[in-house]
Amino acid sequence: MFSTVRNTALRQARTQLRAVRPVSLPHQSFVARLLSTLAVLEQREGKLNPGSLAAVTAAQKLGGSITGLVAGSSIKAVAEEAAKVKGLDKVIFVDNGAYDKGLPENYAPLLVENIKKGGFTHVLAGHSAFGKNLLPRVAALLDVAQISDITAIESEDTFVRPIYAGNAILTVQSSDSIKIITVRGTAFPAGETEGGSATLEEGVDPKADTPTEWVSEDLAKSDRPDLATASKVVSGGRGLKSKEEFDRLMPPLADALGAAIGASRAAVDSGFADNSLQVGQTGKNVAPQLYLCAGISGAIQHLAGMKDSKVIAAINKDADAPIFQVADVGLVGDLFEKVPELTEKLKAQS
Amino acid sequence: MASKLRILVPVKRVIDYAVKPRINKAQTAVETAGVKHSMNPFDELSVEEAVRLRERKAQEVEEIVAWSAGPAKAQDVLRTAMAMGADRSVHVQTPEAGSGGAAGELEPLGVAKMLAKAVGEEKSNLVILGKQSIDDDANQTGQMLAGLLGWPQATQASRVEIKDDVCTVTREVDGGVETLRAKLPMVVTTDLRLNEPRYASLPNIMKAKKKPLVKKALEDYGVDVKARLRTVKVVEPPQRQGGQKVEDVDAMLSKLKELGAL
Repeated sequence: MFSTVRNTALRQARTQLRAVRPVSLPHQSFVARLLSTLAVLEQREGKLNPGSLAAVTAAQKLGGSITGLVAGSSIKAVAEEAAKVKGLDKVIFVDNGAYDKGLPENYAPLLVENIKKGGFTHVLAGHSAFGKNLLPRVAALLDVAQISDITAIESEDTFVRPIYAGNAILTVQSSDSIKIITVRGTAFPAGETEGGSATLEEGVDPKADTPTEWVSEDLAKSDRPDLATASKVVSGGRGLKSKEEFDRLMPPLADALGAAIGASRAAVDSGFADNSLQVGQTGKNVAPQLYLCAGISGAIQHLAGMKDSKVIAAINKDADAPIFQVADVGLVGDLFEKVPELTEKLKAQS
Repeated sequence: MASKLRILVPVKRVIDYAVKPRINKAQTAVETAGVKHSMNPFDELSVEEAVRLRERKAQEVEEIVAWSAGPAKAQDVLRTAMAMGADRSVHVQTPEAGSGGAAGELEPLGVAKMLAKAVGEEKSNLVILGKQSIDDDANQTGQMLAGLLGWPQATQASRVEIKDDVCTVTREVDGGVETLRAKLPMVVTTDLRLNEPRYASLPNIMKAKKKPLVKKALEDYGVDVKARLRTVKVVEPPQRQGGQKVEDVDAMLSKLKELGAL
């Protein structure tokens, strides 16, 4: 992962010496001069969602100018917060409570208008529930393809993304004039939220009606670090046998490490843990410094969500469990003994 | 007066979820020949939900149409959908993957455009799609379709209720769930928690063979499905050097320290 476009001149010089590879760099550098990215930022109740800044990090790798966009009620404060984010040149804000819940029915037309007005070549958002819901609708309205969940940027039109639950890595080149992209947060960690000095600008508000009514939400409350961005994650699976055991063993271990809690699909389906804690192809992607799991066999759908973790540690009583093939440290044993022992020893050390 | 439900359920034939995909030698795609395929798991949830809407009788279900675009074998998944309870199917035949030319995979945008047409032809007022296919992992088609139709959308649904044309959907979002409400017509995409798909019984599989399956060609839809994305390459993910086992908790702790994880 390197900043391709900014290095174009250098690369061009290098490529000319290396004439074997037919690379369309002159064309690219032409585009590079016009490259401008819109990073769609999330806000919730007047606070900027730092997870959504992955879009800014990715935009910096692209090069060119970067504009952030925020929308919602009393948005000025959020816009000012966003203006301090390093890398942003401009922040477009649209002050209208109709956008508070991020409903794609009116948010998509809002984006389309601002994309057209700003002449953006790239539109990036995090591959979060918000981004996943919204960006494909925007892409369809603009008649362009979308590139989902990218993990790397090769050039302004070529991107890398995992397919088949991360069992294959696809590099695609887009021929669309506007690139609509969602980015994987763990591949583009949010940059600095201080030190930037973007200018503020009011965006256009098409005030599209939404046929959809937001009724309610029920969010799991937790004082623990956010699963998607935590530096340490402890995760439990079917081996924990019940919700009672999950709640007895996992939170103390998480507390001893200052970790977030995750779960396998089996654990979620069996009701041991909340849906929002699921790690895997269809749940969350995590890439912490330490992923410590107990009672998880390591199905490919689960591995898809955690195999980019820096260090993986596993406790499982089945020595042949696939999790041990990816674990840096594996302990074969009964988790009902090992997890409490580990928790005690971690506590004693701190 | 509540209108009758006319449900369109798009389904996709994909490599079975339990199969570990292999990448071809030329690094151009994942090997599909001779590999077990089945219905995309999220699409099974869509079919199941459509059938349950009929069984719940909250609102009359006039018809459940399964739809798929893909090579000839995509008919297998349509038969499965009909064995689960869909009334009839539409199959848009595309050339076999790897047969050369621009045959390859359809992209979500192209599929969404065809579906927008299909919705008109079938007079559908509810489209239930899987939230993503487990091969491409794009998570786009339903949202694109809703955008093209100008319909409300509820993605990653874990609960769907319909009464008097009002569709109330609980969706899985980061950190929990949220509930939305909109009037039909609507596009819903399914999350794993929505239901537990049934197995098709043998008698139902036999009956499904007699249910109508209409074959169509890409040209019948008259929409632009040209690929916007070109596959540069497909490679294996970097392999992890795992596999080291330790004897006890103390050894685990010291190893984790050594690796800088603690």
